[in-house]
Amino acid sequence: MKPNFETIIGLEVHAELETRSKMFCGCPVVDSTEAKPNIAVCPVCAGMPGSLPVVNQQAVEYALKVALALECQINNTSIFARKNYFYPDLPKGYQISQYESPLAHHGHLKIRTQSGEKNIRIRRVHMEEDTGKLTHIPPNNGKPGYSLIDLNRAGVPLLEIVSEPDIRSAEEARSYAVTLRTLLRYLGVNSGDMQKGVIRIEPNVSIRPIGSSEFYTRTEIKNLNSFRALERAVAYEIQRQQNLFRQGKTIVQQTMGWDESHQKTFPQRTKEEEEDYRYFPEPDIPPLVIEDEWIERIRAALPELPAAKYKRFIKTYRLSSDDADLLISAQSISNYFESTVSTCPDIPPRTVANWITGELFGLINQRNITFEDIKILPRELSALLSLLHHGEINTNTAKAVLTEMFETGNDPKTIVSKSGLNQISNIAQIAKIIHDVIAANPKELETYLNGKETVSQWFFGQVMRGTGGKANPKIVKAELNRQLLELKRKQ
Amino acid sequence: MKLSRKQVEHIANLARLSLSAKEITQFQEQLSSILDYFEQLQDLDTNDILPTTRVLSIPCRLRTDYPTASLPLDDLLMNAPDTENDQFRVPQILP
Repeated sequence: MKPNFETIIGLEVHAELETRSKMFCGCPVVDSTEAKPNIAVCPVCAGMPGSLPVVNQQAVEYALKVALALECQINNTSIFARKNYFYPDLPKGYQISQYESPLAHHGHLKIRTQSGEKNIRIRRVHMEEDTGKLTHIPPNNGKPGYSLIDLNRAGVPLLEIVSEPDIRSAEEARSYAVTLRTLLRYLGVNSGDMQKGVIRIEPNVSIRPIGSSEFYTRTEIKNLNSFRALERAVAYEIQRQQNLFRQGKTIVQQTMGWDESHQKTFPQRTKEEEEDYRYFPEPDIPPLVIEDEWIERIRAALPELPAAKYKRFIKTYRLSSDDADLLISAQSISNYFESTVSTCPDIPPRTVANWITGELFGLINQRNITFEDIKILPRELSALLSLLHHGEINTNTAKAVLTEMFETGNDPKTIVSKSGLNQISNIAQIAKIIHDVIAANPKELETYLNGKETVSQWFFGQVMRGTGGKANPKIVKAELNRQLLELKRKQ
Repeated sequence: MKLSRKQVEHIANLARLSLSAKEITQFQEQLSSILDYFEQLQDLDTNDILPTTRVLSIPCRLRTDYPTASLPLDDLLMNAPDTENDQFRVPQILP
Protein backbone atom coordinates (compact mmCIF):
# COMPACT_ATOMS: atom_id res chain seq x y z
CA MET A 1 0.00 0.00 0.00
CA LYS A 2 1.29 3.44 -0.90
CA PRO A 3 1.86 5.56 2.20
CA ASN A 4 -0.50 8.50 2.29
CA PHE A 5 1.39 10.48 4.89
CA GLU A 6 4.74 12.06 5.31
CA THR A 7 6.32 12.20 8.75
CA ILE A 8 7.98 15.36 10.03
CA ILE A 9 10.32 15.01 12.99
CA GLY A 10 12.52 17.48 14.80
CA LEU A 11 14.72 16.51 17.71
CA GLU A 12 15.56 18.42 20.85
CA VAL A 13 18.54 16.98 22.63
CA HIS A 14 19.53 18.04 26.13
CA ALA A 15 23.06 17.07 27.09
CA GLU A 16 24.65 17.77 30.44
CA LEU A 17 28.14 19.19 30.07
CA GLU A 18 30.71 17.29 32.12
CA THR A 19 32.20 20.19 34.00
CA ARG A 20 33.48 19.86 37.56
CA SER A 21 31.21 22.58 38.93
CA LYS A 22 27.71 23.77 38.05
CA MET A 23 26.72 26.30 35.38
CA PHE A 24 26.26 29.34 37.59
CA CYS A 25 27.78 28.39 40.97
CA GLY A 26 30.71 26.45 42.41
CA CYS A 27 28.73 23.43 43.60
CA PRO A 28 30.35 20.22 42.40
CA VAL A 29 28.59 18.23 39.67
CA VAL A 30 27.79 14.85 41.21
CA ASP A 31 26.21 11.73 39.73
CA SER A 32 22.61 12.51 40.55
CA THR A 33 21.61 8.86 40.24
CA GLU A 34 24.04 7.77 42.95
CA ALA A 35 24.87 10.69 45.25
CA LYS A 36 23.02 11.27 48.50
CA PRO A 37 20.28 13.85 47.98
CA ASN A 38 21.01 17.57 48.33
CA ILE A 39 24.73 17.28 49.09
CA ALA A 40 25.75 19.61 46.25
CA VAL A 41 23.47 22.61 46.70
CA CYS A 42 24.20 26.23 47.59
CA PRO A 43 22.14 29.44 47.77
CA VAL A 44 22.58 30.06 44.00
CA CYS A 45 21.28 26.71 42.75
CA ALA A 46 18.67 26.53 45.52
CA GLY A 47 17.30 29.83 44.22
CA MET A 48 17.70 31.73 47.48
CA PRO A 49 17.06 35.49 47.37
CA GLY A 50 20.13 37.68 46.98
CA SER A 51 22.30 35.04 45.34
CA LEU A 52 23.87 35.80 41.98
CA PRO A 53 24.76 33.48 39.09
CA VAL A 54 28.27 33.58 37.52
CA VAL A 55 28.83 31.73 34.24
CA ASN A 56 31.20 28.73 34.22
CA GLN A 57 33.90 29.31 31.61
CA GLN A 58 34.46 25.60 30.97
CA ALA A 59 30.76 25.13 30.22
CA VAL A 60 30.97 27.85 27.57
CA GLU A 61 34.09 26.25 26.13
CA TYR A 62 32.40 22.82 25.94
CA ALA A 63 29.31 24.36 24.37
CA LEU A 64 31.48 26.09 21.77
CA LYS A 65 33.22 22.81 20.96
CA VAL A 66 29.87 21.19 20.23
CA ALA A 67 28.61 24.17 18.25
CA LEU A 68 31.77 24.22 16.11
CA ALA A 69 31.70 20.46 15.57
CA LEU A 70 28.14 20.95 14.30
CA GLU A 71 29.49 23.67 11.99
CA CYS A 72 27.25 26.30 13.55
CA GLN A 73 27.60 30.03 13.31
CA ILE A 74 28.58 31.39 16.72
CA ASN A 75 26.97 34.54 18.02
CA ASN A 76 29.76 36.79 19.28
CA THR A 77 27.27 38.17 21.75
CA SER A 78 24.71 35.84 23.22
CA ILE A 79 22.11 36.61 25.83
CA PHE A 80 20.96 34.58 28.80
CA ALA A 81 17.22 34.69 29.41
CA ARG A 82 14.76 33.64 32.08
CA LYS A 83 12.25 30.99 31.10
CA ASN A 84 9.48 31.27 33.65
CA TYR A 85 7.40 28.37 34.80
CA PHE A 86 6.32 27.01 38.14
CA TYR A 87 7.23 23.46 38.91
CA PRO A 88 8.89 22.12 42.07
CA ASP A 89 12.04 20.96 40.24
CA LEU A 90 12.82 24.60 39.46
CA PRO A 91 13.67 26.39 42.72
CA LYS A 92 13.88 29.92 41.29
CA GLY A 93 10.57 29.74 39.44
CA TYR A 94 12.55 30.26 36.24
CA GLN A 95 15.27 28.47 34.36
CA ILE A 96 18.23 30.47 33.12
CA SER A 97 18.37 29.62 29.45
CA GLN A 98 18.98 31.41 26.17
CA TYR A 99 16.21 32.56 23.85
CA GLU A 100 16.91 35.38 21.46
CA SER A 101 20.63 35.34 20.54
CA PRO A 102 21.51 31.79 21.54
CA LEU A 103 25.16 30.72 21.63
CA ALA A 104 25.06 29.31 18.10
CA HIS A 105 22.74 28.65 15.17
CA HIS A 106 22.54 27.34 11.61
CA GLY A 107 24.63 24.20 11.91
CA HIS A 108 24.19 20.75 10.48
CA LEU A 109 24.88 17.11 11.19
CA LYS A 110 25.28 14.44 8.53
CA ILE A 111 23.68 11.14 9.38
CA ARG A 112 23.80 7.80 7.60
CA THR A 113 20.52 6.26 6.51
CA GLN A 114 19.63 3.21 4.49
CA SER A 115 19.47 5.39 1.39
CA GLY A 116 22.83 7.06 2.04
CA GLU A 117 24.08 10.18 3.77
CA LYS A 118 21.57 12.81 4.80
CA ASN A 119 22.08 16.33 6.06
CA ILE A 120 20.05 17.37 9.10
CA ARG A 121 20.10 21.10 9.75
CA ILE A 122 20.66 22.32 13.30
CA ARG A 123 18.48 25.28 14.19
CA ARG A 124 20.22 26.37 17.38
CA VAL A 125 22.54 25.37 20.19
CA HIS A 126 22.09 27.10 23.50
CA MET A 127 23.20 26.86 27.12
CA GLU A 128 20.96 26.49 30.12
CA GLU A 129 20.82 24.87 33.53
CA ASP A 130 19.38 21.51 34.48
CA THR A 131 16.49 21.17 36.91
CA GLY A 132 16.27 19.30 40.20
CA LYS A 133 15.05 15.75 40.45
CA LEU A 134 11.60 14.87 41.75
CA THR A 135 10.48 11.62 43.29
CA HIS A 136 6.72 11.25 43.19
CA ILE A 137 5.15 9.31 46.05
CA PRO A 138 1.66 8.17 45.02
CA PRO A 139 -1.39 8.48 47.28
CA ASN A 140 -1.62 5.62 49.74
CA ASN A 141 -4.53 4.46 51.94
CA GLY A 142 -6.34 7.75 51.60
CA LYS A 143 -3.17 9.76 52.31
CA PRO A 144 -2.52 12.22 49.50
CA GLY A 145 0.51 11.79 47.26
CA TYR A 146 3.49 14.14 47.46
CA SER A 147 6.85 14.81 45.85
CA LEU A 148 10.40 14.85 47.18
CA ILE A 149 12.94 17.30 45.75
CA ASP A 150 16.65 16.64 45.33
CA LEU A 151 18.52 19.68 43.99
CA ASN A 152 21.88 18.03 43.26
CA ARG A 153 21.15 18.23 39.53
CA ALA A 154 19.68 21.75 39.67
CA GLY A 155 22.10 24.11 37.95
CA VAL A 156 24.20 21.50 36.17
CA PRO A 157 25.24 22.93 32.79
CA LEU A 158 22.94 21.75 30.06
CA LEU A 159 23.28 22.15 26.33
CA GLU A 160 20.18 22.16 24.18
CA ILE A 161 20.63 21.19 20.56
CA VAL A 162 17.58 21.74 18.37
CA SER A 163 17.33 20.29 14.88
CA GLU A 164 15.21 21.59 12.04
CA PRO A 165 12.26 19.30 11.20
CA ASP A 166 14.34 17.49 8.57
CA ILE A 167 13.90 13.97 9.91
CA ARG A 168 11.39 11.78 8.08
CA SER A 169 11.26 8.43 9.89
CA ALA A 170 11.83 6.68 13.22
CA GLU A 171 15.04 5.13 11.82
CA GLU A 172 16.40 8.54 10.84
CA ALA A 173 15.54 9.88 14.30
CA ARG A 174 17.56 7.08 15.84
CA SER A 175 20.47 7.60 13.45
CA TYR A 176 20.54 11.32 14.26
CA ALA A 177 20.52 10.64 18.00
CA VAL A 178 23.26 7.99 17.78
CA THR A 179 25.43 10.21 15.58
CA LEU A 180 25.01 13.17 17.89
CA ARG A 181 25.79 11.13 21.01
CA THR A 182 28.99 9.76 19.44
CA LEU A 183 30.00 13.31 18.55
CA LEU A 184 29.46 14.53 22.12
CA ARG A 185 31.56 11.65 23.45
CA TYR A 186 34.38 12.38 21.00
CA LEU A 187 34.41 15.97 22.20
CA GLY A 188 34.73 14.75 25.79
CA VAL A 189 31.78 16.84 26.96
CA ASN A 190 29.22 14.12 27.76
CA SER A 191 29.41 10.41 28.62
CA GLY A 192 26.30 9.65 26.58
CA ASP A 193 24.81 7.49 29.32
CA MET A 194 21.09 7.60 28.55
CA GLN A 195 20.17 5.44 31.54
CA LYS A 196 21.66 8.04 33.85
CA GLY A 197 19.83 10.75 31.95
CA VAL A 198 22.92 12.83 31.12
CA ILE A 199 21.61 12.96 27.58
CA ARG A 200 17.88 13.27 26.92
CA ILE A 201 16.27 13.03 23.54
CA GLU A 202 12.89 14.58 22.86
CA PRO A 203 11.46 14.10 19.39
CA ASN A 204 8.54 16.16 18.18
CA VAL A 205 6.44 14.35 15.65
CA SER A 206 3.79 15.41 13.19
CA ILE A 207 2.39 13.97 10.00
CA ARG A 208 0.95 15.54 6.89
CA PRO A 209 -0.69 14.20 3.77
CA ILE A 210 1.89 13.68 1.04
CA GLY A 211 2.05 16.70 -1.21
CA SER A 212 1.18 19.14 1.55
CA SER A 213 3.83 21.65 2.53
CA GLU A 214 2.30 23.01 5.72
CA PHE A 215 3.11 21.74 9.18
CA TYR A 216 0.37 20.06 11.19
CA THR A 217 -0.01 19.80 14.96
CA ARG A 218 2.94 18.08 16.57
CA THR A 219 3.41 16.17 19.78
CA GLU A 220 6.56 15.95 21.81
CA ILE A 221 7.72 12.70 23.41
CA LYS A 222 9.62 12.69 26.69
CA ASN A 223 11.37 10.23 29.02
CA LEU A 224 13.01 8.04 26.42
CA ASN A 225 15.97 6.33 28.02
CA SER A 226 17.38 4.32 25.12
CA PHE A 227 17.76 4.58 21.36
CA ARG A 228 15.42 1.64 21.01
CA ALA A 229 12.76 3.43 23.04
CA LEU A 230 13.27 6.50 20.84
CA GLU A 231 12.76 4.54 17.64
CA ARG A 232 9.76 2.62 18.94
CA ALA A 233 8.09 5.64 20.52
CA VAL A 234 8.39 7.65 17.31
CA ALA A 235 7.07 4.74 15.22
CA TYR A 236 4.16 4.33 17.64
CA GLU A 237 3.37 8.04 17.61
CA ILE A 238 3.39 8.18 13.80
CA GLN A 239 0.91 5.32 13.70
CA ARG A 240 -1.29 6.88 16.40
CA GLN A 241 -1.45 10.19 14.56
CA GLN A 242 -2.22 8.49 11.23
CA ASN A 243 -5.10 6.61 12.84
CA LEU A 244 -6.51 9.81 14.35
CA PHE A 245 -6.13 11.60 11.02
CA ARG A 246 -7.90 8.84 9.11
CA GLN A 247 -10.76 8.83 11.61
CA GLY A 248 -11.08 12.59 11.18
CA LYS A 249 -10.11 13.24 14.80
CA THR A 250 -7.95 16.11 16.00
CA ILE A 251 -4.36 15.70 17.03
CA VAL A 252 -3.84 17.70 20.21
CA GLN A 253 -0.58 19.57 20.76
CA GLN A 254 0.72 17.93 23.89
CA THR A 255 3.62 16.26 25.60
CA MET A 256 3.51 12.50 25.47
CA GLY A 257 5.30 10.10 27.77
CA TRP A 258 6.65 6.72 26.69
CA ASP A 259 5.37 3.69 28.56
CA GLU A 260 8.17 1.14 28.20
CA SER A 261 6.24 -1.81 29.61
CA HIS A 262 3.24 -1.33 27.32
CA GLN A 263 5.30 0.03 24.40
CA LYS A 264 2.98 2.97 23.84
CA THR A 265 2.88 6.73 24.20
CA PHE A 266 0.44 8.39 26.58
CA PRO A 267 -0.51 12.05 27.08
CA GLN A 268 1.40 13.72 29.93
CA ARG A 269 0.27 17.31 29.89
CA THR A 270 -0.93 19.89 27.44
CA LYS A 271 2.10 21.89 26.50
CA GLU A 272 2.46 25.48 27.56
CA GLU A 273 2.52 27.91 24.69
CA GLU A 274 5.89 29.54 24.15
CA GLU A 275 4.51 32.91 25.22
CA ASP A 276 3.50 31.37 28.54
CA TYR A 277 7.19 31.11 29.44
CA ARG A 278 7.42 34.89 29.39
CA TYR A 279 11.08 34.89 28.39
CA PHE A 280 13.03 38.02 29.17
CA PRO A 281 16.76 38.83 29.32
CA GLU A 282 18.38 37.62 32.55
CA PRO A 283 19.14 40.82 34.44
CA ASP A 284 21.77 39.13 36.63
CA ILE A 285 24.07 38.11 33.75
CA PRO A 286 25.52 40.58 31.27
CA PRO A 287 25.60 39.59 27.58
CA LEU A 288 28.15 36.83 26.96
CA VAL A 289 30.80 38.13 24.59
CA ILE A 290 32.85 35.53 22.74
CA GLU A 291 35.86 36.86 20.86
CA ASP A 292 36.78 35.33 17.49
CA GLU A 293 40.18 34.47 18.88
CA TRP A 294 38.60 32.16 21.47
CA ILE A 295 36.43 30.51 18.81
CA GLU A 296 39.42 29.90 16.54
CA ARG A 297 41.49 28.46 19.37
CA ILE A 298 38.75 25.93 20.13
CA ARG A 299 38.19 25.15 16.45
CA ALA A 300 41.90 24.42 16.00
CA ALA A 301 41.89 22.03 18.96
CA LEU A 302 38.92 19.93 17.82
CA PRO A 303 39.79 16.22 17.60
CA GLU A 304 39.23 14.12 14.49
CA LEU A 305 35.44 13.82 14.44
CA PRO A 306 33.54 10.53 13.98
CA ALA A 307 32.39 11.25 10.42
CA ALA A 308 35.95 11.96 9.23
CA LYS A 309 37.30 8.94 11.08
CA TYR A 310 34.64 6.69 9.53
CA LYS A 311 35.67 7.73 6.03
CA ARG A 312 39.37 7.42 6.83
CA PHE A 313 38.93 3.91 8.28
CA ILE A 314 37.16 2.69 5.15
CA LYS A 315 39.73 4.29 2.86
CA THR A 316 42.93 3.51 4.77
CA TYR A 317 42.09 0.12 6.23
CA ARG A 318 39.61 -1.10 3.61
CA LEU A 319 37.02 -1.91 6.27
CA SER A 320 33.38 -2.69 5.65
CA SER A 321 30.93 0.09 6.48
CA ASP A 322 29.57 -1.93 9.41
CA ASP A 323 33.00 -2.59 10.91
CA ALA A 324 34.04 1.04 10.48
CA ASP A 325 30.80 2.10 12.14
CA LEU A 326 31.38 -0.15 15.15
CA LEU A 327 35.02 0.84 15.52
CA ILE A 328 34.41 4.58 15.44
CA SER A 329 31.54 4.41 17.94
CA ALA A 330 33.97 5.45 20.68
CA GLN A 331 37.49 6.84 20.59
CA SER A 332 38.66 4.16 23.04
CA ILE A 333 37.69 1.53 20.46
CA SER A 334 39.10 3.28 17.40
CA ASN A 335 42.36 3.99 19.25
CA TYR A 336 42.56 0.34 20.29
CA PHE A 337 42.04 -0.78 16.72
CA GLU A 338 44.71 1.56 15.36
CA SER A 339 47.23 0.59 18.05
CA THR A 340 46.68 -3.08 17.31
CA VAL A 341 47.02 -2.58 13.57
CA SER A 342 50.24 -0.60 13.99
CA THR A 343 51.86 -3.43 15.99
CA CYS A 344 51.09 -6.18 13.49
CA PRO A 345 51.76 -4.76 10.03
CA ASP A 346 51.67 -8.19 8.33
CA ILE A 347 48.07 -8.88 9.36
CA PRO A 348 45.28 -7.35 7.26
CA PRO A 349 43.46 -4.58 9.22
CA ARG A 350 40.18 -6.20 8.24
CA THR A 351 41.19 -9.31 10.24
CA VAL A 352 42.02 -7.15 13.26
CA ALA A 353 38.66 -5.39 12.89
CA ASN A 354 36.82 -8.72 12.75
CA TRP A 355 38.50 -9.95 15.91
CA ILE A 356 37.63 -6.76 17.78
CA THR A 357 34.03 -6.39 16.59
CA GLY A 358 33.37 -10.15 16.68
CA GLU A 359 35.22 -11.97 19.44
CA LEU A 360 36.18 -9.09 21.72
CA PHE A 361 32.78 -7.37 21.57
CA GLY A 362 31.18 -10.78 22.17
CA LEU A 363 33.17 -11.27 25.38
CA ILE A 364 32.43 -7.72 26.52
CA ASN A 365 28.70 -8.18 25.97
CA GLN A 366 28.69 -11.54 27.76
CA ARG A 367 30.38 -10.07 30.83
CA ASN A 368 28.38 -6.85 30.65
CA ILE A 369 31.44 -4.63 31.04
CA THR A 370 32.60 -1.63 29.00
CA PHE A 371 35.34 -1.53 26.41
CA GLU A 372 37.52 0.56 28.74
CA ASP A 373 37.53 -2.29 31.27
CA ILE A 374 39.23 -4.89 29.11
CA LYS A 375 42.59 -6.21 30.31
CA ILE A 376 43.98 -7.12 26.89
CA LEU A 377 46.50 -4.59 25.58
CA PRO A 378 46.53 -3.87 21.83
CA ARG A 379 50.04 -5.37 21.47
CA GLU A 380 48.85 -8.56 23.18
CA LEU A 381 45.96 -8.87 20.76
CA SER A 382 48.36 -8.43 17.87
CA ALA A 383 50.69 -11.07 19.40
CA LEU A 384 47.74 -13.48 19.46
CA LEU A 385 46.83 -12.69 15.87
CA SER A 386 50.47 -13.24 14.86
CA LEU A 387 50.46 -16.72 16.44
CA LEU A 388 47.36 -17.48 14.41
CA HIS A 389 48.71 -15.89 11.26
CA HIS A 390 51.91 -17.95 11.42
CA GLY A 391 50.04 -21.20 11.96
CA GLU A 392 51.24 -21.80 15.51
CA ILE A 393 47.66 -22.07 16.70
CA ASN A 394 44.40 -22.60 14.87
CA THR A 395 41.34 -20.36 14.93
CA ASN A 396 39.50 -22.28 17.63
CA THR A 397 42.55 -22.25 19.88
CA ALA A 398 43.00 -18.52 19.23
CA LYS A 399 39.43 -17.93 20.41
CA ALA A 400 40.05 -19.98 23.55
CA VAL A 401 43.29 -18.11 24.24
CA LEU A 402 41.55 -14.77 23.74
CA THR A 403 38.95 -15.75 26.32
CA GLU A 404 41.70 -16.60 28.79
CA MET A 405 43.54 -13.35 28.04
CA PHE A 406 40.25 -11.57 28.63
CA GLU A 407 39.78 -13.24 32.02
CA THR A 408 43.35 -13.18 33.33
CA GLY A 409 45.13 -10.42 31.45
CA ASN A 410 47.98 -12.86 30.70
CA ASP A 411 49.84 -12.57 27.41
CA PRO A 412 49.00 -15.06 24.66
CA LYS A 413 52.46 -16.67 24.32
CA THR A 414 52.51 -17.62 28.00
CA ILE A 415 49.00 -19.06 27.80
CA VAL A 416 49.79 -21.06 24.66
CA SER A 417 53.07 -22.56 25.92
CA LYS A 418 51.80 -23.22 29.46
CA SER A 419 48.75 -25.12 28.35
CA GLY A 420 50.47 -26.83 25.38
CA LEU A 421 47.99 -25.36 22.98
CA ASN A 422 50.56 -24.94 20.23
CA GLN A 423 49.22 -26.26 16.99
CA ILE A 424 50.95 -29.39 15.83
CA SER A 425 52.31 -28.60 12.41
CA ASN A 426 55.24 -31.00 12.45
CA ILE A 427 54.52 -33.46 9.64
CA ALA A 428 56.54 -36.33 11.14
CA GLN A 429 54.64 -36.00 14.42
CA ILE A 430 51.28 -35.87 12.65
CA ALA A 431 52.20 -38.81 10.39
CA LYS A 432 52.98 -40.90 13.47
CA ILE A 433 49.63 -40.04 15.10
CA ILE A 434 47.75 -40.93 11.91
CA HIS A 435 49.64 -44.17 11.56
CA ASP A 436 48.71 -45.15 15.12
CA VAL A 437 45.04 -44.27 14.66
CA ILE A 438 44.80 -46.37 11.48
CA ALA A 439 46.57 -49.28 13.12
CA ALA A 440 44.24 -49.17 16.11
CA ASN A 441 41.11 -49.40 13.92
CA PRO A 442 41.48 -52.32 11.51
CA LYS A 443 37.69 -52.73 10.99
CA GLU A 444 37.24 -49.17 9.77
CA LEU A 445 40.29 -49.53 7.59
CA GLU A 446 38.77 -52.59 5.98
CA THR A 447 35.52 -50.75 5.27
CA TYR A 448 37.54 -48.01 3.65
CA LEU A 449 39.56 -50.41 1.56
CA ASN A 450 36.30 -52.06 0.44
CA GLY A 451 35.37 -48.81 -1.24
CA LYS A 452 33.57 -46.73 1.37
CA GLU A 453 35.78 -43.68 1.08
CA THR A 454 33.75 -41.50 3.47
CA VAL A 455 35.40 -43.42 6.29
CA SER A 456 38.39 -41.13 5.77
CA GLN A 457 36.26 -38.40 7.39
CA TRP A 458 35.85 -40.60 10.43
CA PHE A 459 39.64 -41.14 10.62
CA PHE A 460 40.13 -37.36 10.36
CA GLY A 461 37.80 -36.85 13.32
CA GLN A 462 39.68 -39.46 15.38
CA VAL A 463 43.03 -37.79 14.69
CA MET A 464 41.74 -34.34 15.60
CA ARG A 465 40.12 -35.64 18.76
CA GLY A 466 43.29 -37.52 19.69
CA THR A 467 45.31 -34.29 19.52
CA GLY A 468 42.76 -32.20 21.37
CA GLY A 469 42.16 -30.20 18.22
CA LYS A 470 45.73 -28.96 18.14
CA ALA A 471 46.82 -30.64 14.94
CA ASN A 472 46.92 -28.39 11.94
CA PRO A 473 43.81 -29.59 10.07
CA LYS A 474 45.21 -28.92 6.59
CA ILE A 475 48.28 -31.05 7.25
CA VAL A 476 46.19 -33.80 8.85
CA LYS A 477 43.90 -33.96 5.84
CA ALA A 478 46.77 -34.16 3.36
CA GLU A 479 48.79 -36.69 5.35
CA LEU A 480 45.74 -38.88 6.09
CA ASN A 481 44.84 -39.02 2.41
CA ARG A 482 48.43 -39.87 1.53
CA GLN A 483 48.59 -42.76 4.01
CA LEU A 484 45.17 -44.18 3.06
CA LEU A 485 45.92 -44.10 -0.67
CA GLU A 486 49.24 -45.76 0.03
CA LEU A 487 47.47 -48.62 1.86
CA LYS A 488 44.95 -48.93 -0.98
CA ARG A 489 47.72 -49.22 -3.53
CA LYS A 490 49.49 -51.93 -1.52
CA GLN A 491 46.29 -54.00 -1.39
CA MET B 1 -5.20 48.57 28.05
CA LYS B 2 -7.61 46.53 30.12
CA LEU B 3 -6.84 42.89 30.84
CA SER B 4 -9.78 40.51 30.59
CA ARG B 5 -10.76 38.29 33.49
CA LYS B 6 -9.73 35.34 31.38
CA GLN B 7 -6.22 36.75 30.92
CA VAL B 8 -5.86 37.27 34.67
CA GLU B 9 -7.03 33.72 35.32
CA HIS B 10 -4.51 32.43 32.79
CA ILE B 11 -1.65 34.35 34.40
CA ALA B 12 -2.71 33.13 37.83
CA ASN B 13 -2.81 29.58 36.55
CA LEU B 14 0.75 29.87 35.19
CA ALA B 15 1.85 30.96 38.65
CA ARG B 16 -0.16 28.12 40.20
CA LEU B 17 -2.31 30.62 42.12
CA SER B 18 -6.00 30.21 42.72
CA LEU B 19 -7.78 33.55 42.95
CA SER B 20 -11.21 34.40 44.25
CA ALA B 21 -13.63 36.30 41.99
CA LYS B 22 -12.95 39.42 44.03
CA GLU B 23 -9.19 39.01 43.68
CA ILE B 24 -9.50 38.57 39.94
CA THR B 25 -11.28 41.93 39.70
CA GLN B 26 -8.66 43.49 41.96
CA PHE B 27 -5.70 42.17 39.94
CA GLN B 28 -7.45 42.93 36.69
CA GLU B 29 -7.31 46.59 37.68
CA GLN B 30 -3.83 46.52 39.20
CA LEU B 31 -2.17 44.62 36.38
CA SER B 32 -3.90 46.82 33.81
CA SER B 33 -2.59 49.96 35.45
CA ILE B 34 0.95 48.52 35.45
CA LEU B 35 0.63 47.80 31.75
CA ASP B 36 -0.71 51.31 31.15
CA TYR B 37 2.30 52.72 32.93
CA PHE B 38 4.65 50.81 30.64
CA GLU B 39 2.58 51.88 27.64
CA GLN B 40 4.13 55.31 28.07
CA LEU B 41 7.34 53.86 26.64
CA GLN B 42 5.57 53.51 23.30
CA ASP B 43 5.69 57.29 22.96
CA LEU B 44 9.48 57.26 22.71
CA ASP B 45 11.13 57.26 19.31
CA THR B 46 13.52 54.26 19.29
CA ASN B 47 14.19 54.12 15.56
CA ASP B 48 17.87 54.96 15.89
CA ILE B 49 18.54 52.85 18.97
CA LEU B 50 19.84 49.29 18.82
CA PRO B 51 17.87 46.68 20.75
CA THR B 52 19.38 46.67 24.22
CA THR B 53 19.17 44.07 26.93
CA ARG B 54 21.29 45.96 29.46
CA VAL B 55 22.29 49.54 29.95
CA LEU B 56 25.62 48.90 31.69
CA SER B 57 28.50 47.88 29.48
CA ILE B 58 30.17 45.53 31.94
CA PRO B 59 31.24 42.37 30.12
CA CYS B 60 30.08 39.00 31.37
CA ARG B 61 32.66 37.76 33.85
CA LEU B 62 33.34 34.06 33.62
CA ARG B 63 34.14 31.77 36.51
CA THR B 64 36.92 29.14 36.51
CA ASP B 65 35.47 25.65 36.67
CA TYR B 66 36.54 24.91 40.20
CA PRO B 67 34.21 23.22 42.72
CA THR B 68 33.62 25.04 46.00
CA ALA B 69 31.81 24.03 49.17
CA SER B 70 28.05 23.56 49.10
CA LEU B 71 25.67 24.24 51.98
CA PRO B 72 25.52 21.85 54.94
CA LEU B 73 22.30 19.87 54.61
CA ASP B 74 20.79 21.28 57.80
CA ASP B 75 21.32 24.83 56.58
CA LEU B 76 19.84 24.02 53.18
CA LEU B 77 16.68 22.46 54.62
CA MET B 78 16.39 24.89 57.56
CA ASN B 79 13.53 26.92 56.11
CA ALA B 80 11.77 24.11 54.29
CA PRO B 81 8.13 23.76 55.37
CA ASP B 82 8.45 20.00 55.20
CA THR B 83 11.24 17.49 54.58
CA GLU B 84 11.68 13.74 54.23
CA ASN B 85 14.83 11.68 53.63
CA ASP B 86 16.99 14.82 53.39
CA GLN B 87 14.75 16.18 50.65
CA PHE B 88 12.22 18.95 50.34
CA ARG B 89 8.72 17.57 50.57
CA VAL B 90 5.95 19.28 48.60
CA PRO B 91 2.35 18.50 47.71
CA GLN B 92 1.81 16.46 44.59
CA ILE B 93 1.70 18.63 41.50
CA LEU B 94 0.88 16.28 38.66
CA PRO B 95 -1.99 13.82 39.24
